[in-house]
Amino acid sequence: MESKEIGHHISQKFNKELEDICNKVLTMGGLVEQQIEMAVKAFTARDIELAELVIKQDNQVDALEMEIDSECTQIMALRQPTAFDLRMLIAVIKIAREMERAGDKAERIAEMAIKLSSTDNQFDHKYELEHMASLIMEMMHGALDAFARANIENITEITGKDVNVNREYENILRRLITRMMEDPRNITRALDIIWAARAMERIGDYACNISEHLIYMVNGEDVRHLTQQELEKRMKTP
Amino acid sequence: MTAQEARTHTIDMNSVLLNRAHQSEPEETSIKVENLNLFYGEKQALYGINMEMPKKKVTAYIGPSGCGKSTLLRCINRMNDLVDSVTIDGKILLDDENIYEKSVNVAALRRRVGMVFQKPNPFPKSIFENVAYGLRIQGINDKRILAETVENALRGAALWDEMKDRLNDNALGISGGQQQRLVIARAIAIEPEVLLLDEPASALDPISTLKIEELINDLKEKYTIVIVTHNMQQAARVSDYTAFMYMGELVEMGATSELFTNPRKKQTEDYITGRYG
Repeated sequence: MESKEIGHHISQKFNKELEDICNKVLTMGGLVEQQIEMAVKAFTARDIELAELVIKQDNQVDALEMEIDSECTQIMALRQPTAFDLRMLIAVIKIAREMERAGDKAERIAEMAIKLSSTDNQFDHKYELEHMASLIMEMMHGALDAFARANIENITEITGKDVNVNREYENILRRLITRMMEDPRNITRALDIIWAARAMERIGDYACNISEHLIYMVNGEDVRHLTQQELEKRMKTP
Repeated sequence: MTAQEARTHTIDMNSVLLNRAHQSEPEETSIKVENLNLFYGEKQALYGINMEMPKKKVTAYIGPSGCGKSTLLRCINRMNDLVDSVTIDGKILLDDENIYEKSVNVAALRRRVGMVFQKPNPFPKSIFENVAYGLRIQGINDKRILAETVENALRGAALWDEMKDRLNDNALGISGGQQQRLVIARAIAIEPEVLLLDEPASALDPISTLKIEELINDLKEKYTIVIVTHNMQQAARVSDYTAFMYMGELVEMGATSELFTNPRKKQTEDYITGRYG
């Protein structure tokens, strides 16, 4: 995060502690982004090794979440933070949790990749899934970027993309239901694809949640449970 | 089914809603400061202060040393009159009555507005006589009334259980935390409307500090309280409203919960988060 937001405390050590936490969040975010990217690639390319790597790396994400939580707790206990500092720590704890969940979903996609690799049918819905994947990765990246700059000017663009993600998910769902009705032998396979698509759709939701926590962090407004229209309106009125 | 019923009975939605409606009721103002300027000789110490302090709530003043918070506090019971070079213009209204009117009896005003200082300052008398002092100078000597008032005041200051068997001991022989509560008991014995506390816990250990804070919480049932403190967490814990002052000006005043999580002014943010500007 830019030092003007968290720096300038009289206590240099406090500055450093907050910087450390921000760096950890960004590291965790980078790792989660990487996990999602690899999981999607493993899924669409049927790459078992890559999928196994995703599953193996998930414990790193988990460990980072625990570290971030414990450091935030320490700071709260020892420094009694207020205003932006306090909101940042609260937001960071929540953001870390959303990212940890996104990591779990990447793991889920990887598991489905391994499961589906044993079927010999040609892969279908590749383009829809890839489109969805690119949307959620943009959202995740946008949210982390906004965190790094502590800037929420374009935050509604991130949450706005979730509508497209949901639409794509429903698309995939509808087509796969048709396939299942056509031939019950498709059910297992279709369900596995649905699980993976569902995981991607959830990652989109987590990116939206992160965006909401960022709005709280930057201007202190709690904007959870608003529709996209309400959120856009709220962000326009100062 | 019965378990379900039991569960639904535990929350009475109506009372929850009523409570919320009750909270939003406008508060009565106890003290209103209007355009107050104060000079120590040539030097201006307070600049155009305007604020309202609601009745039976705790208002805390925070700010760096020399920002004028103690000066402002002392204006409320005209303690600054005792400093020769002070000139004041503007008004302070206590229940809509300007306390700086010429006709105001200052002694009577100070009976309505009690004050407690940073260092406990008990008189070198017995514990009982310390608390009874305010009544005695009002000419009340009836033993029964005195005993009753002393007990009530000591109870009000959460000191009765500790002191009831040693009322005749010298007040200087008790601990600092107890002395401070004794001084608060002395202040509330004459039943003021407002209590001014100037750094009441800064010379005390953490446990005594917590006792004083707990006491403040109880006292606001009956009195309007204004507290000056350097300890921001203390202000955050005990007060309903917080005013942040800087260089003799009121920068921001608001509900404590709001001011400490989402201050509107950058100066306030910098001060409460421990940043330099």
